[in-house]
Amino acid sequence: MILIPCPNCGPRNASEFRYVGESIARPDPNSATQEQWRAYLYERVNPSGWTTESWFHRAGCGRYFKIERDTNSNEVRAVRLEPAAATKGES
Amino acid sequence: MRLSLRPGEVIDRSRPLRFTWNGHDYPAFLGDTISSALAASGERVMSRSFKYSRPRGVLTADSLDPGCIVQVGDEPNVRASHRRVEDGMIASPQNVWPSLRFDVKVANRAVSRFLSAGFYYKTFMKPQRLWPAYEAVLKRFASGGVISNRPAAGYFDKRYAHPDVVVAGGGPAGMSAAVAAAEAGAQVMLVESEHELGGHLRWGGAHELSVLAELKAAVSATNSIEVLIDSVVAGRYDGNFLAILQRSLPGVTERLIKARAKTLIVAPGLIERPYVFAGNDLPGVMLSGAARRLINLWAVKPGTRAVVFTANSSGDAAAQDLEGAGVEVCCVEDARRGGDVVRASGSATLQSVECGDGRTYQCDLLVTATGWTAPTSLLNMAGDKPTYDERAARFFPCSLPEDVLATGGITGDGSLEQILEHAAHTGRLAAGRARVAGGRLRKGVPHAAPTDSPVAEEQSNAITALPVDAHVALFRGRTHGFVDFSEDVSSKELEAAVAEGYSSIELAKRYTTATMGSAQGKLEVVNAVAVVAAATESTITETGTTVWRPPYAPITLGALAGRTLEPVRYSPMQSWHEARGATPLVAGAWIRPDHYGNPTAEVRNVRSNVGLIDVTPLGKFDLRGPDAAKLLSQLYVNKWAKLAVGSVRYGVMCAEDGVVLDDGVTGRLSDDNYLMTATSSGADTLLEWAESWLQTEHPEWRVHITPVTSDFASINVAGPKSRTLLERLVENVDLSAEAFPYMRVRRGRVAGVEDCLMWRIGFTGELSFELHVPSSYGLHVWESLMEQGADLGIAPFGIEAQRILRLEKGHLIVGQDTDGLTRAYSAELDWAIKLDKEDFSGKPELSWQAERSDWPKLVGLRPEDVTVVPPEASQIVHDGAIAGRITSSRMSPTLGRPICLGLVAPHLAEPGTELSIVLPAGVRARAVVTEHLAHFDPEGQRLRG
Repeated sequence: MILIPCPNCGPRNASEFRYVGESIARPDPNSATQEQWRAYLYERVNPSGWTTESWFHRAGCGRYFKIERDTNSNEVRAVRLEPAAATKGES
Repeated sequence: MRLSLRPGEVIDRSRPLRFTWNGHDYPAFLGDTISSALAASGERVMSRSFKYSRPRGVLTADSLDPGCIVQVGDEPNVRASHRRVEDGMIASPQNVWPSLRFDVKVANRAVSRFLSAGFYYKTFMKPQRLWPAYEAVLKRFASGGVISNRPAAGYFDKRYAHPDVVVAGGGPAGMSAAVAAAEAGAQVMLVESEHELGGHLRWGGAHELSVLAELKAAVSATNSIEVLIDSVVAGRYDGNFLAILQRSLPGVTERLIKARAKTLIVAPGLIERPYVFAGNDLPGVMLSGAARRLINLWAVKPGTRAVVFTANSSGDAAAQDLEGAGVEVCCVEDARRGGDVVRASGSATLQSVECGDGRTYQCDLLVTATGWTAPTSLLNMAGDKPTYDERAARFFPCSLPEDVLATGGITGDGSLEQILEHAAHTGRLAAGRARVAGGRLRKGVPHAAPTDSPVAEEQSNAITALPVDAHVALFRGRTHGFVDFSEDVSSKELEAAVAEGYSSIELAKRYTTATMGSAQGKLEVVNAVAVVAAATESTITETGTTVWRPPYAPITLGALAGRTLEPVRYSPMQSWHEARGATPLVAGAWIRPDHYGNPTAEVRNVRSNVGLIDVTPLGKFDLRGPDAAKLLSQLYVNKWAKLAVGSVRYGVMCAEDGVVLDDGVTGRLSDDNYLMTATSSGADTLLEWAESWLQTEHPEWRVHITPVTSDFASINVAGPKSRTLLERLVENVDLSAEAFPYMRVRRGRVAGVEDCLMWRIGFTGELSFELHVPSSYGLHVWESLMEQGADLGIAPFGIEAQRILRLEKGHLIVGQDTDGLTRAYSAELDWAIKLDKEDFSGKPELSWQAERSDWPKLVGLRPEDVTVVPPEASQIVHDGAIAGRITSSRMSPTLGRPICLGLVAPHLAEPGTELSIVLPAGVRARAVVTEHLAHFDPEGQRLRG
């Protein structure tokens, strides 16, 4: 089982998290074409190598965050909270 | 025959035991394995082989022994050369068809003609109608013991561990590495698969035994070493996550340890490799390690007259041990000087051996020492691809990740002192790397206290690699024999597989099932590779090996299942339900009353008097903040901006693909405070869903969502007399229809309890009040309601009655009347969907769905036959095609006829349409589409009353 470095709680077993998936931007719901929306819902790159993905620490702090992970080696190099935590932390 | 006292023996002669084998009584001593005790009593045949029913005996005298798999009581597939005898144990052979003692030479000849390579594939594929006959025959062959129908006795445990260093293998190298790592400051777990530490030192001579005593003393003198015996590292996964199976624990059958090791030292030693020649599976043919273990550990004389075929020091030592044990060694055939063994013969057990020069010896024991297999399994799991060394005739580790190290025989040869030195260096290196890794882990914890900076680790280049000795390459001799003893695969079959085109080792393995038996390749893989390499005229390196995968050793399902740690949730009123004999219903983590004996009567009582249902599992969320309405608007298809304080609204939530995700009622308690409810099963998902909007899409919104499901006990009071009942208990809230109308929320005192919320909603279709009271007062409020309602005919009702009531009223249940493809317009929720909102989850999909008319629709259905309830999920057919299905169906106690909801094709959704439903057994029933989803009170007079 790989360790996921939660930016709040530190490295924890992957079983504490929900894998959200490859990070993908949400198209504007009022102007998106069916093709764009379908890509948002279903199409993923699934690369062999570095990928940026979202995780949710469900058995921990309850935060969504992004990591860069090498899908071959499971090495993780960059971790950042989704913007919410930063915003709320500052306020 | 039992020998006189041996210096390293593990039996306690002062503790005699009795056990039963094959229906007969046998003696043993404490410390005996099943097979050592049987061997001491002169038994040589332990089983019949898997395919050919050949007699098999002791080959390795350790946990890999392929011919010593037996049944012990209810437990099948027990490794008799590993499991220790207990007093009164009942053991019996497996695979004994027709019987253990029957001379099967005739049967062998009869079956071996058709049990060729791939015989299952060739013989039993066609014609299919003969399969029942084939199955009867195959069952005879494929006996793997007998399992009991009773639940597994015993306690299976789980443990999580975070050691610095795990050492896999408790031989001399493992012990030395563990002591060195511990002395360097590491917390160490030393894992040994046998019942005692020591590895091959245990069956060695005086020097080995004295080194063993020193090592054991050093291990027990070191506090930070935890020794696990009869335990095995079964798998190594990402991040050095190790599965360790531990046995021989008091009160625990098996324990699965999930260990996150900072470094792993692999020190499994070497496995002795059998030699392939005619008759190599006869009882009486054994490996040098087996002979030495029998003599030195259990003081068993393994035969009377022996031939020793040796290519290394283990064989030489075995010859000496045999002579010391009074066995007549009639020939030492030395492979280093060109010696060979061609054939072992005998009826049921060994009687003669033919050597390479043609001489034949009458004997009852043949000991072979033809080489070693490196058990590289854990290294492979760590990503290593071991390389073959032709000079040493075995595989060696090649490139290991930083957190995995290897020492001992798997890495080289050399003297015992050299090995101990190498292991000690490796242990110190592992401790240093563990310290660095630990520092890295702590650094990953944002708020952890700073720790000492890691001390510079010992340089790996400081370790002198062990020398590698040359070894004669011996795999198959001049004749054909067994390669895989547990799967009964011979070298001839492997050659046949290659001849048929299965020339890749991975294909030949699967075609013949070689290496797929209980030893999982540990005994036989290199021989299999060598045979395939010879048949394809290539080298062992070119042929490669099969892939080693977890688990390294057999593991029981009990150990994997372990003790369950699933939480179970109860409402505060659970004790009351249990006292009333409620039938429990498992709903996710919750246990709820399904009914109290008669759901039909419960329905009637709600329609005519008043009923109470415990709805505590309803998901409840407290929303606070000026932007709470924005969050609601984003989550639900409905509008929320104009919901007045004191009002509640039913909302429907869709995923981004427009599929209905959840539904529930939300009430506005004050300007910036809402209570949102969700389906019981959807509550956990909903919180994550709401948080994802708040954290990723709209971090600027000022709103907090807090799960409060268990903070409240929730009670729905339903029925025409519910207002009368509540008027007796509620203070400071006017309950009249004018002051507290349908779809409103009030806060007040109920049965003396402050701060109770009351919602006027109507899932059952009746006048009803849903109370959310502080959970510690739940039972008090419930009992007060029951007491005050006695003269009104109050009765509790359960989930089943609620399902009938809501179906009569035509209220859908998400996940029951919708599925993973049902978008909101299909669920007849058009009225709720507000496409003019700026944004909400699933908006584009629903806009596109609104432009089309080809989606299925949820309709009410009235079956013509008033006595038959079409089961849920029954198909609806039209013009010979599937046109929908029944999503909900019950017999309605109120209407006296069956009622249904169904999803049907759009052209069949018009009221009055006649449909055909396929009942079980293929009978068709007719049903008519009704005007409303509600079968009862479609205008909603009752719930608004």
